[in-house]
Order: sequence, then structure tokens, then C-alpha cells
Amino acid sequence: MNIQADYNFAYLDEQTKRMIRRAILKAIAIPGYQVPFSSREMPMPYGWGTGGVQVTASIIGPDDVLKVIDQGADDTTNAVSIRAFFAKVARVKTTTHTSEATIIQTRHRIPEEQLRDGQILVYQVPIPEPLRFLEPRETETRKMHALEEYGLMHVKLYEDIATHGHIATTYAYPVKVEGRYVMDPSPTPKFDNPKMHMSEALQLFGAGREKRIYAIPPYTNVVSLDFDDHPFEVQKFDKPCAICAAEGVYLDEVILDDQGSRMFVCSDTDNCESRQAAGHRGELSGMEAAQ
Amino acid sequence: MTAAITVCEISKTFTMHLRDGIQIPVVTGVNFVVKAGECAVLGGPSGAGKSSILKMLYGNYSTDQGQILLTHYGEQVDLSKAEPRKIIELRRDTIGYVSQFLRTVPRVSALDVAAEPLTQRGEDHEIARKKAADLFSQLNLPERLWDLPPATFSGGEQQRVNIARGFITDHPVLLLDEPTASLDAKNRAVVVDLITQKKAAGVALLGIFHDEDVRTKVADRIIDVTSFAGAKAA
Amino acid sequence: MNNQPLLSVNEVSKFYGARIGCRDVSFDLYPGEVLAVVGESGSGKTTLLNCISTRLEPTSGSVMYRMRDETKRDLYQMSEAERRFLMRTDWGFVHQNPADGLRMAVSAGANVGERLMAVGDRHYGNIRETAIDWLGRVEINEDRVDDQPRAFSGGMRQRLQIARNLVTGPRLMFMDEPTGGLDVSVQARLLDLIRGLVRDLGLAAIVVTHDLAVARLLSHRMIVMKDGHVIESGLTDRVLDDPHEPYTQLLVSSILQV
Repeated sequence: MNIQADYNFAYLDEQTKRMIRRAILKAIAIPGYQVPFSSREMPMPYGWGTGGVQVTASIIGPDDVLKVIDQGADDTTNAVSIRAFFAKVARVKTTTHTSEATIIQTRHRIPEEQLRDGQILVYQVPIPEPLRFLEPRETETRKMHALEEYGLMHVKLYEDIATHGHIATTYAYPVKVEGRYVMDPSPTPKFDNPKMHMSEALQLFGAGREKRIYAIPPYTNVVSLDFDDHPFEVQKFDKPCAICAAEGVYLDEVILDDQGSRMFVCSDTDNCESRQAAGHRGELSGMEAAQ
Repeated sequence: MTAAITVCEISKTFTMHLRDGIQIPVVTGVNFVVKAGECAVLGGPSGAGKSSILKMLYGNYSTDQGQILLTHYGEQVDLSKAEPRKIIELRRDTIGYVSQFLRTVPRVSALDVAAEPLTQRGEDHEIARKKAADLFSQLNLPERLWDLPPATFSGGEQQRVNIARGFITDHPVLLLDEPTASLDAKNRAVVVDLITQKKAAGVALLGIFHDEDVRTKVADRIIDVTSFAGAKAA
Repeated sequence: MNNQPLLSVNEVSKFYGARIGCRDVSFDLYPGEVLAVVGESGSGKTTLLNCISTRLEPTSGSVMYRMRDETKRDLYQMSEAERRFLMRTDWGFVHQNPADGLRMAVSAGANVGERLMAVGDRHYGNIRETAIDWLGRVEINEDRVDDQPRAFSGGMRQRLQIARNLVTGPRLMFMDEPTGGLDVSVQARLLDLIRGLVRDLGLAAIVVTHDLAVARLLSHRMIVMKDGHVIESGLTDRVLDDPHEPYTQLLVSSILQV
């Protein structure tokens, strides 16, 4: 028998979960708006997903199936630990398969497989304020959100083009939600931005250290900011995944040896494995076996 | 001829607060009229208040009492009680002024200094500069100076820039504060000529001329300022 | 329409507790008119400027502004969103310290372009072209467009600040000691530039300065402040050449002659 689960379901006490659920409801009601909440100490350091974990703990029920990914992978330390945490404190079923999960907690990726109605994607957010690096004063950024003064956001994109000839922001690319609030999609690659638009799944964002929760309800308009003459574009990759030959997915670069050999493989491990199981093979797919 | 300037019972006293509030009367009971097309000259020794009267007529000094009536776009305006805004408008369109000394503005060329009264009235910049250049030629100002800021010019050169600036417009009233003081005979003659042209055009001129010769040539009438001496009131 | 005031200040007072910031100040400002506010440090001129420019709420009094659509609005009855919109479109504010009015870590081009982006301009090429045009008008070379203001001299920073403000074609500029802290030759250039821009664009301006030479050069009209009160006002050359109040006479007589 597991003592933690008997103490209280999903680690947090009920009053805390109520408080967080209220924040979540408010966030859903005002898409893209950062709702302050009284973030709790969690049994993990800030920066390891304390915000996402609190959101997940507040919405998870005994029948939920949880998937946790870190940079798209199910098998990294952070993902494994958080999955084990909820298996222990909520005794929920966990999975690595996107389609089986009801709640997916993520650090910096949206799964390649299209999310469905009824699923919830929980983002771990380090810095929720998209205007922060341009305007350090919180009093001022709040006012700017309230008055919809977002010229500054384009100043950043302008600087990108002036410096690099194109918009060089590749992650945490700002979006406008439902034509109103400008929002930081957390440090996901901009490749994933189009997936947020009109998503069937509910998207929740938790920033533990910064004590903010925000949300994109299902079927919400999410537009990446850009210029008329420098439209938003996602990253393109020259080659398909070296293991499963997938195209049009986000790839990670993997260095193979000291001679600079490298390969590009799916960032979404579940998607890659499913494709391999279905018989897809990339140019280096036999390599691991050969070694 | 109609009265272009009517000065009625003007008086002025300076209070020097930094010298225990001592009162220095300048003029009292100033009365005179200047008609369109005539050149009246203020006469009297130094310190009689001639410059002060001109400055009051230009709105540069305030008046304690009395009226200064001018015709501005067909209406009688009392300049002594006009709002600053009105005085600026009067200066732009009705009263011209040639001061004794040029107040130079850094970095602005002589041509632009002289053309400014016209450009302020909305005249095209090039046309205004052309007119300024014509006046400079008449006044024998060396052409190499035209595009330089007048700050480093000699007294006579600055004076000619000042005269061009004052004569460039067709203001119906023109005030002249010793415009020929630092000029040679040749250029004094040019100024006399310019004044004669203004009179012929129906401009009312009021001036101070210490130069006997110029005064005789341009003056239709001398207004003796000593009769307004403020000291009487003191 | 130029016969209607652009701005009407009516008995504006600001108290800091029992101390007076400024008291019962009233004046009208017309389109194209430059008003200088002079006085020594602590005389209340900056408090007054802040009260008029909505940066500091007055304790009492009202400030009416004639909007572009000709309606007259009380600035302090407007919503904050309207006020801030006004500030970044129809108004400009030039700070004494350019670092207060510029984004020092953002390129000159973006500094000038920010207001355009704030009002919805979304074409990078056009924004940049306009920025370069404005840099030219304030005598900053096109090849500095991508440099940050931290790499600029004091005079250049001040000119950049002016360009940043003028890009939306404001009708009213507030300037707080615009030439303070600059050496004389740089001052002269800046004053000449401001004079030209004010004249060519028909701007109305309120210039706070303790430098009477600056007031004489830039302004049509001036008000002299002491201990929070306006003690003398009028045509600039009248106040300077024929000062009436003891304090004004002291100020004028204290000018250094070169």
C-alpha cells in the first residue's frame, strides 16, 4: 500500500487544489491572460516543472492516464520522475502513447500526433511574461496587457530582422490568443505554434516560480506574431528522421562521434517508435543494432 | 492719409527691484500719430526714451498706461493690451522692426535669417531666399557671407542682415531703431532709398536716426520726445 | 481652427502633503505655439509639466485637450487607455536624460519604429524606411540605424529621442530641459534642429528650462515660476527685456554674458 496516496490524492491538499482550479477556470475564461496563483513548494526544485506539476495535480482524477514528456521524450529523467511521482501519489495509470493519454504534461514540445477533444496538455513554463525581456517592470507589463499595448512585441521581432535578416526567434515565439492577449507559449519550438491554433485539446500553462497560470481553451484562435513582409514560418528540415524517415516533424540533432558526424532524429520519441513499429525505416535505423 | 499708428497717453516707468525698488520714469503722456506713407522720426537726446517708445510699439516693453492703436486687417487693435498671441500675429503681419543689434541664432545662415519673416508667413522658402538675396545685393553684402551664420560678421554686416530682415516684408508699419548707425555713406544711401520706396508703397515708418544727413532725407516730421520726458512726473 | 486652444490648463494645483508642487496654474496653448516654463530648481516647473502631460495626477484643476476630431476632452476624465494612446500618437515627451525616453538596448531604428508598431504598422520594410527618414531629419546617418543608443553621444541620443517622438506626427510636444547636460556646440545644433522642426511641423510645445537663452530661442511665450506659483508670464522677449517681478529681474540679471 502506498502511504502518500492515502494521505491525500495527488499530493496537494484539497484547499490548494481548489485554489488552483479556480485559477485554471479563470484562465480558461480569459484565454491567454496570466492568472496569479499562490504557487506551493513542491518536492522538486523550481525549474523542474513545479508549475506544471501543480496544474496536473489539481486536474488529475483516478481514471486519468498520464503521459509526461521532456523535449518530446518520454524517457528523460524529468519525464520519468514526474510520471513516477503521479503513479505514486495518485495511483494513476501512466503511458508513453500520446493517443492513450488523457493528460499530457510537457516541457517544451507538443506531440506530433494530433491531440483530440477531451485531452489536456499541461505546459511547464519558466517565464510566462512575453514582454519581460523588453520591459522589466511587472507593473508596466501588466498595464500593457490590460491596455493591449503590444507594439513592443513587434520591436523584438523588428530587432531580429534588423540583426539577422529574418525573424530569428525560434522558440518561445509570441502568439496572440483569440485576438486579445499576447502570450508566451513557453519555450516550445515555433514549429509547434501552428498546433496550438484551433487545437481540440485544452492547453494549460503553469509557471511555479512566477506563480502564474494561463490557458488556451479548445478551438481557440492562436496567431503567431509577424510582419506583412516577413510572415511567420516554421522550421524546415532538409532530411527526414534518420531512424523512422518521418517528414514534417520536429527533429533533434544528435552528435555521433568526435569527428562531427551527426544525425537528425525525431524529438517525439513516441511518434518515432510507433512509426518504427509500423515498419518505417530511416537511413541510420540499423545503426544501433549494428553497434 | 489714414492714421496707421495712434499713440495715446502712453507712460512707462521701470521699477528696479534689485536696487531697492527704485522707480525710473521713462516717458509720460506720449501722444502722436503716424500716417500711412509718412516717415516720422523720434527726436531728442540719448536717454530721452526714444528706443523705449519703439519697443513699446513693438510689444517688447509693456506700457503702464495709455493706448497704442494699430490697424490690423482693417480692425483697430490696442497693442498695449493685446494678448501675447495677438502681438505675435501683429508682428508677423502688421509691424516690422529693425533693431539696433542683430540677435543671431546659431547655425542659421544670413539668407535664412533675412528670409524668416517671409517664411513665417507661409512664403515659399526659395522665393523668400531669393528676395533676401536681392536685398543683400542692394545693400552690398558680400556674397560669400550669405550662407554663413551672421554671428561672426562685423557690426555693419550684421546691421545689413538686420535691415534686409526688416524690409523684406510688406508690413504696413515699420519701426526703425538706428538702422544706419554702423553703415558707410554708400549703404546709408541704399537705406534712404529703401525707406523712400516703403513710403511710396504707403507704409507708415517710425524711426530713430542719429545721423543728421539720413534724418533730413527721410523724415517728414520730427516728434520731439523730450516733451514726454518721464522725469517731469518723478 | 487655430483660433481654438489646443490645450487649456485651468487652475491646476499639485500638493505633496502640505507642500506645494504647483498652485493655481492656468494658461492656454494654441497650435504651433511654444511656451517656455522657467524657474530655478524646485520652483515647480517639472511638477507642472508632469501634471499637464498626464504623468502625475493634479490635486485639483483640469486640463482640457482638443483632440484630432476637434472634441475637447478633460485629460483626467479620459480612460487610461485613451490617455496612453494620446501620449504615444498625438503627443511627444522629450526627457532631459535620453535614457529615460529611449530603449537603450534596442536599435535606433526600432526606437523610432516602436510608435509605428504600437499603432499597428506591420510592414517591416515600411517601418524601417520611415525610421531611416526620421533619423535623417534629426541628422543621424542612415548607417547608424541598427546601432543601439548606448553607442551614441549625448547629442545624438537626444536627437534620436526627438525622432522617436515625432514619427507619429504629434501636435504637442513636452520637453523637460531638452538641452540640459549637453555641451554648448551640441546644444546649439539641437536647439536649431528643434526650432526648425517645431516651425516646419507646426508643433505646439511646452519647454521646461532653467536656461533663459533656450527659452528666448525656442519659445513665443513664457511663464516664470517660483515656489510653485506663476509669478510672471507673457511674450518671451517682453518678459526677458522688460521683467517686472523682482524674481524675474534677478533671473534675467543673472545671465552670464559671453
